[in-house]
Amino acid sequence: MAYSDKVIEHYNNPRNVGSLDKNDKNVGTGLVGAPECGDVMKLQMKVNPSTHIIEEAKFKTFGCGSAIASSSLATEWVKGKTVEEALSIKNTDIVRELSLPPVKIHCSVLAEDAIKAALTDWKKKQGIEVKPEAAPASAHS
Amino acid sequence: MAIQLPVYLDNHATTPVDPRVLDAMLPYFREVFGNSASRNHEFGWKAEEAVEKSRAQIAKLINASPKEIIFTSGATESDGLAIRGIAEMYREKGNHIITQVTEHKAVLDTCKRLEKEGYEVTYLPVQKDGRINLDDLRRAITPKTILITIMYANNEIAVVQPINEIGKIAKEKGIFFHTDAVQAIGKIPVDVQKDGIDLLSISAHKIYGPKGVGALYVRRRNPRVQLVAQIDGGGHERGMRSGTLNVPGIVGLGKACELCMNEMAEESVRLKALRDRLTKAIMSQLDETFINGSMEHRLPHSVNISFAYVEGESMLMGINDIAVSSGSACTSATLEPSYVLKALGVGEDLAHTSIRFGIGRFNTEEEVDYVVNRVVETVARLRELSPLYEMAKEGVDVAKLNWKVETA
Repeated sequence: MAYSDKVIEHYNNPRNVGSLDKNDKNVGTGLVGAPECGDVMKLQMKVNPSTHIIEEAKFKTFGCGSAIASSSLATEWVKGKTVEEALSIKNTDIVRELSLPPVKIHCSVLAEDAIKAALTDWKKKQGIEVKPEAAPASAHS
Repeated sequence: MAIQLPVYLDNHATTPVDPRVLDAMLPYFREVFGNSASRNHEFGWKAEEAVEKSRAQIAKLINASPKEIIFTSGATESDGLAIRGIAEMYREKGNHIITQVTEHKAVLDTCKRLEKEGYEVTYLPVQKDGRINLDDLRRAITPKTILITIMYANNEIAVVQPINEIGKIAKEKGIFFHTDAVQAIGKIPVDVQKDGIDLLSISAHKIYGPKGVGALYVRRRNPRVQLVAQIDGGGHERGMRSGTLNVPGIVGLGKACELCMNEMAEESVRLKALRDRLTKAIMSQLDETFINGSMEHRLPHSVNISFAYVEGESMLMGINDIAVSSGSACTSATLEPSYVLKALGVGEDLAHTSIRFGIGRFNTEEEVDYVVNRVVETVARLRELSPLYEMAKEGVDVAKLNWKVETA
């Protein structure tokens, strides 16, 4: 499997690894994927309640190099964006940025799902109405 | 001593040619280039002499007679010739073959094809330790059973099957017994007489010989085994395998067997010490690591370890200066975890994260120590990154979470 330089760079120096307090009202947590499939992503974002700007983002990923790079990149991209801007990030943007091959596209899909799941969780905590189609299933039940 | 990178620890896949093997082969490319089937001149006689010497060297290693050795292009061909050759020769006697689920694809796929042609095949399960249950074998035998084909030792987990007992059962019932001994040959003593083996597959490149040459042992008495040839032509190799012999390759295979014969006892002690050193160092420094398959019934040079909460492909990416194989999903084109580990009942999460370490003749203690450090460092780093490890440490039972599994 040949990796692009950007994937290797993120794999070697992943950005924003870690966890935020999942009980914090301003933190949204998304946990997507499944161990059996070889990919699980946890993405957390801390959102400013008045500006809706994402101030902090952290991730942890169990998965291949492309999955790690996709989630690392996602944390970089969402930081400083508003919730609505972050929700507009598409998996195809990640594919392009990291030059992911076709067999790795699911990694970028998972990263997009993780962003959506985390922000859905945040919206729920804030009492903001969540449109059903914008709420991908999370492993937390 | 500085070690050379990458470190090669994938000696189940293939081995480098031993310089002594190469030296033995070289004259047979240019000087003694004759066709061993040429009966009319010295070029042919000398080539034939070399082939017969090789036959004797191979036979000695497995306690057979030289006449019982058939040369092939490798173990895949040997397996196919044995299984298909028996199936076609004895079809009137029966159409049932018994094998087991962790066989090499060369055996499994041959059996699958025979099923399409109307044969019946029983695939015995394996126990948690990777070995078949002998009672399962006894129960599977029918009056129509003509062949039992069970590998000597597995290529992924190095677990050795109860060959001697299988041989006894086969004899008792008058059924032919074939074993793919590719991984076992040269690593542990193999004796076709003592183990009641009727057919046995060998490959040169797993024992420091060249690629593209192998052999099939075919028993000549008690009982005499006959095969339907799968390649038609000049009737070479007692009519079982036509085609001009690969004389340099055959010389290499013979020399490789001779070296194994002379050095195996000592070498296996050294490799086992290195293997145990690696296993102990990794297991003592990392929690949540598991050995796949029996430790007792195992080839001396090999271990297969699962690292929980770490994904196999990212693991291999982290140790990219070490050549090993993974049962990981993504390393194979199929995105499926290893069927061998699945057969052992290893959960898919752990099957995704297994590494096979195969230590060989040319590996050193320094290399093993280097590998240990790189593995420990990489697993620790990836676990820092792993949400599953974090949850496990928090006391969450990861397996019991309600994961949304995509069924594409």
